[in-house]
Amino acid sequence: MYAIQEKSKKINRNKIKKRNVKERCIKIILFLLASISILTTIGIVIILSRETISFLREVSIIEFLTGTEWTALFANPKFGVLPLVMGTLMIAVYGSFIAIPIGLGSAIYLSEYASEKTRKIVKPLLEILSGIPSIVYGYFALTFITPLLQKVIPDINIFNALSASVAVGIMIIPMISSLSEDAMKAVPNEIRQGAYALGATKFEVSIKIVVPAALSSIISSFVLAISRAIGETMIVSLAAGSTPKLTLNPLESVQTMTSFIVQVASGDVTHGSLIYKTIFAVGMLLFLITLIMNIIARMIIKKYREEY
Amino acid sequence: MNIKIDVKNLDFFYGDFKALNNINIEIEENKVTAFIGPSGCGKSTFIRTMNRMNDLIDGTKHVGEIIYEGKNIYSSEVDVVELRTKVGMVFQKPNPFPKSIYENIVFGPKRNGIKKKAELDRIVETSLKDAALWEEVKDRLDSSAWSLSGGQQQRLCIARALAMKPDVLLMDEPTSALDPVATSKIEELIGELKDKYTIVIVTHSMQQAGRISDNTAFFLMGKLIEYGETSKIFSNPEDKRTEDYITGRFG
Repeated sequence: MYAIQEKSKKINRNKIKKRNVKERCIKIILFLLASISILTTIGIVIILSRETISFLREVSIIEFLTGTEWTALFANPKFGVLPLVMGTLMIAVYGSFIAIPIGLGSAIYLSEYASEKTRKIVKPLLEILSGIPSIVYGYFALTFITPLLQKVIPDINIFNALSASVAVGIMIIPMISSLSEDAMKAVPNEIRQGAYALGATKFEVSIKIVVPAALSSIISSFVLAISRAIGETMIVSLAAGSTPKLTLNPLESVQTMTSFIVQVASGDVTHGSLIYKTIFAVGMLLFLITLIMNIIARMIIKKYREEY
Repeated sequence: MNIKIDVKNLDFFYGDFKALNNINIEIEENKVTAFIGPSGCGKSTFIRTMNRMNDLIDGTKHVGEIIYEGKNIYSSEVDVVELRTKVGMVFQKPNPFPKSIYENIVFGPKRNGIKKKAELDRIVETSLKDAALWEEVKDRLDSSAWSLSGGQQQRLCIARALAMKPDVLLMDEPTSALDPVATSKIEELIGELKDKYTIVIVTHSMQQAGRISDNTAFFLMGKLIEYGETSKIFSNPEDKRTEDYITGRFG
């Protein structure tokens, strides 16, 4: 009797031990999976930094950051990155001029005004926009938006920043509308009722109560969308042209940081040449700009956070 | 004795469901009127018809009249926005806006067109004093309303409603989410407020109705069973069902 009890105790202990080992293995595997993305990021930063440092040995950082001429592919190259930065920012800013009002407007409509039935149809349709590959938007810009613009503004360039901005703007609308709408829907209904009970109209409830309550998420949707616009490559490569130019005129052809990288990377470049290093330097700068934007966004979110 | 709100033959529907059945009641001025009854008896639905909060729910309809200031509040000549500024409401769960204490109070007055800082400051002070919250928050009017305790939040919501200088204050189970100490504070406050306002309160607790109200209405399954002075309803109810509910036989 006693021996049998001892035996079953031993079996039990073994079972627990086995389970613990299994649990520990699972934990380790999941940790490794999670580290992959972190390691990749670290790897990217290291490679970017290494090539950037070696680029900066040949071109002074002051020339790179403050120079107003970018002629990297010419015989006597100049490496002032400002025209590329300007091209990038111009597309992002003009794109947001289109995307922010439309995105936020549709979010308010869907969250506060639309009936449940309308919402169920419109929201997925809007989200389809974000599933369209950006190359399609590029062709859309080049073969539809540009000809349309040419009818209104006859002397616009075939490749121009405006057309690309419009396409980029349309592309990032669903990011803004979808994330903002989720944030507004998450505002508890009791808060809306409180405002209605004070005699607020639907519009006042939307603008003065719901939007401020969801502001931190709304701002982060803007920043995410703008980061996406800054990093956007295919649309600008196809529609905005490849003329690095320090201009704010959206009717001209410009080149963005991303489209320069595409131009160089898709041509034939000797590994280790100065032009090869250039794309890493530009890439590094692009990475830093998005990083800084994210940090600023976090600070804004912290400041405006209204908790519920 | 003045009649503040006169309800005549009111039916109310959520879709096909009849939630209120032929309600007739006269709410007296400067009195506390309590609505009691078991869950689902229609007392909350009824209080929400008085400032037309039910309009916000799709598929509701009503038959009958609610006369306030000589007009049926559901008639087309009554502006619902204006109605709600005169008939204020405090909800079951404290629902301050995620803004500062100060901003919560001035939300209503501001949208009524008051812009002068001095006047808004004065409104904030008097409303908070009337809601017995001033002493606790006067040094931190700019901090978030969400940093207050549940009981303080509810008094802030009362102050917010008072800032509109309402005529009638509707309270839908205002203490159901609060602890006993906060509850007794709110009850004390209601006693003070009835000098200036007409108060209608829905409550789940018969003891509360007994403590604070002048008149009590007992609802059951969408019908008003009995209405009268609280002392009479509690000591000598006419209807058997009222007696059963009050003595705790159901509900």
